[in-house]
Amino acid sequence: MKGNEVLAEAAMRAGCRFFFGYPITPQTELAAYMAKKLPTIGGTFLQAESEIAAINMVYGAAAAGARVMTSSSSPGVSLKGEGVSYMAGADCPGVIVNVQRGGPGLGGIQPSQSDYFQATRALGHGDFYMPVFAPSTVQEMADLIYDAFDLADEYRTPTMILADGMIGQMMEPVLLPPERDLSTLPAKPWATSGSRMERKHNVINSLYLSPNKLEDTNYERFERYEQIKEKHQRQELMSCDDAQIVVVAFGAASRIARTAVRDARKKGIKAGLLRPITLWPFPTKAIDELCDGGASSFLSVELNMGQMVQDVRLAVNGRASVDFYGRTGGVLPTPEEVLQAIEKVAAGEPVVQSAEPGAVGSLLPHPKHRKSSYERGE
Amino acid sequence: MADYNHELLCVLSGFGGQGLLFAGKIMANCGLIDGRQVSWMPSYGPEMRGGTANCSVSLSDDAIGTPFITKPTALIAMNQPSVEKFAASVQPGGAIVIDTTLAMNGAEGVELADGVEVAAFKATEIAEAEGLKGLANIICLGKLWSLTNFCEREVADAAITKCVPPKRRHLLEPNLRAFQLGIDA
Repeated sequence: MKGNEVLAEAAMRAGCRFFFGYPITPQTELAAYMAKKLPTIGGTFLQAESEIAAINMVYGAAAAGARVMTSSSSPGVSLKGEGVSYMAGADCPGVIVNVQRGGPGLGGIQPSQSDYFQATRALGHGDFYMPVFAPSTVQEMADLIYDAFDLADEYRTPTMILADGMIGQMMEPVLLPPERDLSTLPAKPWATSGSRMERKHNVINSLYLSPNKLEDTNYERFERYEQIKEKHQRQELMSCDDAQIVVVAFGAASRIARTAVRDARKKGIKAGLLRPITLWPFPTKAIDELCDGGASSFLSVELNMGQMVQDVRLAVNGRASVDFYGRTGGVLPTPEEVLQAIEKVAAGEPVVQSAEPGAVGSLLPHPKHRKSSYERGE
Repeated sequence: MADYNHELLCVLSGFGGQGLLFAGKIMANCGLIDGRQVSWMPSYGPEMRGGTANCSVSLSDDAIGTPFITKPTALIAMNQPSVEKFAASVQPGGAIVIDTTLAMNGAEGVELADGVEVAAFKATEIAEAEGLKGLANIICLGKLWSLTNFCEREVADAAITKCVPPKRRHLLEPNLRAFQLGIDA
């Protein structure tokens, strides 16, 4: 199955019965699969008139206590930002899938990871975070969306699957998770599901005109965030036991990095791979332990201009050097390029970012792009 | 010859509609039946709406890194642009199948790596002569199988059986026949 189809199938197995979306490459197969199957199991699939409408339908269904999701790709997710902020403000659980493509703007349609900041920092306005899962295989598409629904309900928060065009479009073998018995889903006594005059009516709202009241709700929400940070940091480590150089990469980039790390080991370089599975919370504890264990250099490998570097630096907290190698715009680095970057780090030389593999250029971006047209006097 | 029992990295490329993504799916299912690591990665851009479409299929005993193949060990090319785009990147000892019905120049003028085996033949013409219109993709796949033996023959037949959807059962026999035609071609 294609990664996108697996996301849809696993979501339904996790108990998702409502999907609202708007088509965009490269995630369209997800919605198409939902359109076919969701109505046959008693669910509702609706293609909204826009992404903004779709996310507000998700907000509504979540408020009524449903397991609900939406999916899109980068430009579409930007449009959903406002709705996600409202969901966070009203403590409504739901899953947002972003099968990333290159940006900014309409960008391109090839795989990218350039929405890392958007996902982990500020998908919408206001004081909030949301847990972000980064699948790197089609199998993980199935496993993580299952977890994303559970975490969303447990902590009453929107959660995100941050995939990319590569994982969404590729086919790999997959073992689908079991069908969730809907009666085992957590109770939602807060939901606006109809009081039947038997209880006080529930209110779902993100408007608090009293600053003190708003501060209190934000404090309470951040206590939940602290628990998530404490209990739900997830990562995979590969050959990290004696690693001096640790490559940090997630999603599609981690697949390429895995090959490069294996090749580096063959060359006798003590390299390892840390693959964050949760991007928020970022696996700071694992990085701390690697520093304790003697890792002296970290190399962040991404399909963007180095957005995760900030989180790696914060986690390393000055205890090791942090370098970056990445390609952007939908271009994928080859394992050979990443291996070269690892070798540079091993030799204590600066890592060269280049649009031409193996070319010697300056740090960040390629020389021909280094001066703006303004600087060139054009 | 490349060690296809350890790893097959195949690019299948041609015009949209020639069925190369489907042929790739059969190949991926061969790996799946054999319990190997498998990935299938399509081009999903404007190519799908006409122009050159391709997919990368990796079958391996090791975990697969990137599913995009830059150094293929095998290639099926069903039009000339595909030959020009991918043939030179096929690794030493690799295998190339070219349908010369459309890719009339074959691998002419392309600098191939050492020991690359090329099978250039008119698959589409054969398909039409045999009443198997639209199955040149499977004929090419059969040819590639005969060059590389990337799985057991029974596995290939089982994969074809698996990939032909139940409501198109009447197409199963023609697909199996096309595969054999490719082997014999």
